[in-house]
Amino acid sequence: MSTIAPSTRVELDYTGSERLTMNMGPQHPSAHGVFRAILTLEGEQVVGIDAVIGYLHRCHEKLAETLTYAQYPSIASKTDYVAAMTSEFAYVRAAAMIGKIEVPKRAQYLRVIAAELQRVASHLLWLGTWCLDMGGALGGGATVFLYCIREREFILDLFESLVGARLLYGFYQVGGVRYDLPPGWAEQCRETVDFIDRRIGEYERMLEDNPFFLVRTQGVGVISRELAQGVGISGPLVRGSGVNYDIRRTEPYSSYEDFDFRVPVETGGDCYARYRVRMVEFRESLKIVRQALDRLPEGPISSRPGLKSVAQIRIPKGEAYARVEGARGEVGCYLIADGSAKPYRMKWRGASFSNLAILPHIIPGHKVADVVAIMGSVDPVFGEVDR
Amino acid sequence: MTLDQARTLIAERFPGAQAAGDSPMVVTVPADVWVPFARFAKETLGCWFFSFLTAVDWKEEGLEVVAKIDNVDEKLSLLVKTRLGPGVSACPSLTGVYRGADWMERECYDMFGIRFEGHPDLRRILLGDDWEGHPLLKSYPVDAPHPPFR
Amino acid sequence: MAVKDAPRIVPVWRNFKDLQEWDELHQTRPEGDKHSDLFVSLTEGVHNFPGGFALTTVADTFLNWARKSSVWPVTFGLACCAIEMMATFASRFDVERLGMVPWASPRHADLMIVSGTVTIKMAPMLKRIYDQMPDPKWAVSMGSCANSGGPFRHGYHVVKGVDRVIPVDVYVPGCPPPPESLLNGLLLLQDQIAHFRRTGTRAEPNPKVD
Repeated sequence: MSTIAPSTRVELDYTGSERLTMNMGPQHPSAHGVFRAILTLEGEQVVGIDAVIGYLHRCHEKLAETLTYAQYPSIASKTDYVAAMTSEFAYVRAAAMIGKIEVPKRAQYLRVIAAELQRVASHLLWLGTWCLDMGGALGGGATVFLYCIREREFILDLFESLVGARLLYGFYQVGGVRYDLPPGWAEQCRETVDFIDRRIGEYERMLEDNPFFLVRTQGVGVISRELAQGVGISGPLVRGSGVNYDIRRTEPYSSYEDFDFRVPVETGGDCYARYRVRMVEFRESLKIVRQALDRLPEGPISSRPGLKSVAQIRIPKGEAYARVEGARGEVGCYLIADGSAKPYRMKWRGASFSNLAILPHIIPGHKVADVVAIMGSVDPVFGEVDR
Repeated sequence: MTLDQARTLIAERFPGAQAAGDSPMVVTVPADVWVPFARFAKETLGCWFFSFLTAVDWKEEGLEVVAKIDNVDEKLSLLVKTRLGPGVSACPSLTGVYRGADWMERECYDMFGIRFEGHPDLRRILLGDDWEGHPLLKSYPVDAPHPPFR
Repeated sequence: MAVKDAPRIVPVWRNFKDLQEWDELHQTRPEGDKHSDLFVSLTEGVHNFPGGFALTTVADTFLNWARKSSVWPVTFGLACCAIEMMATFASRFDVERLGMVPWASPRHADLMIVSGTVTIKMAPMLKRIYDQMPDPKWAVSMGSCANSGGPFRHGYHVVKGVDRVIPVDVYVPGCPPPPESLLNGLLLLQDQIAHFRRTGTRAEPNPKVD
């Protein structure tokens, strides 16, 4: 006869309140991937959450030790697959830092254009799915989702004509970028940027004039400044809590110091503040794309010759930590090279992993329906959480 | 706080620590001052941003724990390392200093088998509870079979 | 002619260890529909009655048409491919015109699009969700990872193809497949469903699943 071991994680007390354990995920339409949350409820209120992750652990760090510096960037894009460009960016930047490989100015600008367009595409997907999660109160639920995907497709068209792929690119390589702009791309890009700029105003009016949206986001999921600093969240989350932390500003890379842009900071710390930060980031990213297209210098796109074999790139012994500002925050890559064609150790610092660690701190005390709103505002990508 | 000030402060307070480089500054500390150093870095150097914590398996030389902490406002970033020594797989936990170390240490335990002493809830995070072995150790094959699925 | 006497080229793919492994380990879907023995014997009787085949053929065609025009996929996103799957469901590609409504509950769905890498931790959950779907049900394996493990095939925590867990009807290649590819796969699936059940062609009843 087996005895049931008492649970060590959820304390049940029968002093007047009846607690219920509810499982959410891993197949949940609002979980943004494969996330499982074991919620402890007291009535409609969440009093405890145990986050279970790892359903998408694809052994990135172990595989990176078996793949060369030329092979891995295209796999790196599969960590944060919604913003694939910035994930590749972190890896090639770390490799270039160890090897002290110079990147030509034109390649730096192309990297910035790709990364900023990717940020817009990623935020569009975030806005769409988040509003889809919050459901029918926002004018049919799927409305904003369908609009956002429509705009995102235009950016993906740009990427498709630039790289040939829609979602995972392999555009960055150690020492530069892989492809130059095709003819007519810059004009097409300008048109798309102007078009999206107009549309974003529409979404803002549509959402901010909607009292349901305001009720579901204002004052929900408040992250205080102290909590944000303690847990180590980054990106729009930490900027929504009043901390001015943007790697493009604190540690400019890839010629970001040439561009004029604003880092939005909100002090509310709730879902609405994070929404505002991202809405401003849309516009700032589009502004950076315009500036980069205007000032795009001529020259080579890579400081390295074309690849003839996968083991061609060799970087000396050493270690480096490179970070870039991804759509979700600090995407970092800690690389240790041992002088061969493959790294000795690669650590991926996913922004979503640290961002998701905030959930057990902020969800208790909210209603069940707010869980999906808070999770959507955190915007995790599980490829990056589980790696 | 400039880099030189930070360097002299570290040399004063922790004679066993070696600081090199500037961005990030690599500080190697003995394992017994791992937590005091982190507390010093947070309170005195102002490094509030806990970026990541991981380990490196140097085969015969044992494991090395690496943490990256930043003072964002004054652009001071530290890469703190400690060697655990061959065969040792226990390390003091940083959860008392940085709340962000919670999941990072769980991941590190999952991948390397390092037991963080003082961690409130040290269990596997990415792999299943019944998983055998610690995959990021160099002795673990990448193509390890796991019937019936692979 | 010399060409006539040339030795026949043996297909080399049989020699690959991975494909031998696949041959041995992949799951196959039970043939036909899941019905009670009484229903099967009744329909077989009608079918074998002189002239009765006209009735069963018409009925089967109608039922298959109904099945194929309302395939409801369960919204089950695993990894990168899920984003392309969402794009397929959304504005530009819009599979709703094929009668496919993404549905959040497996209990009301008949199709599972396995979109992304299946890991060892996820495989039991995936199997459970598949088992929760009512018969008849189909599965589309979307992307290299679900087909064979793809770029992560050699990782210690990755299942080498979702067909080791559940039977798969259509494999869509690509990393990730663009929405056009997935649409093509779904159309192929509709073709398959159109010939799903034909009375009198099945050899033996299904083994009981779930």
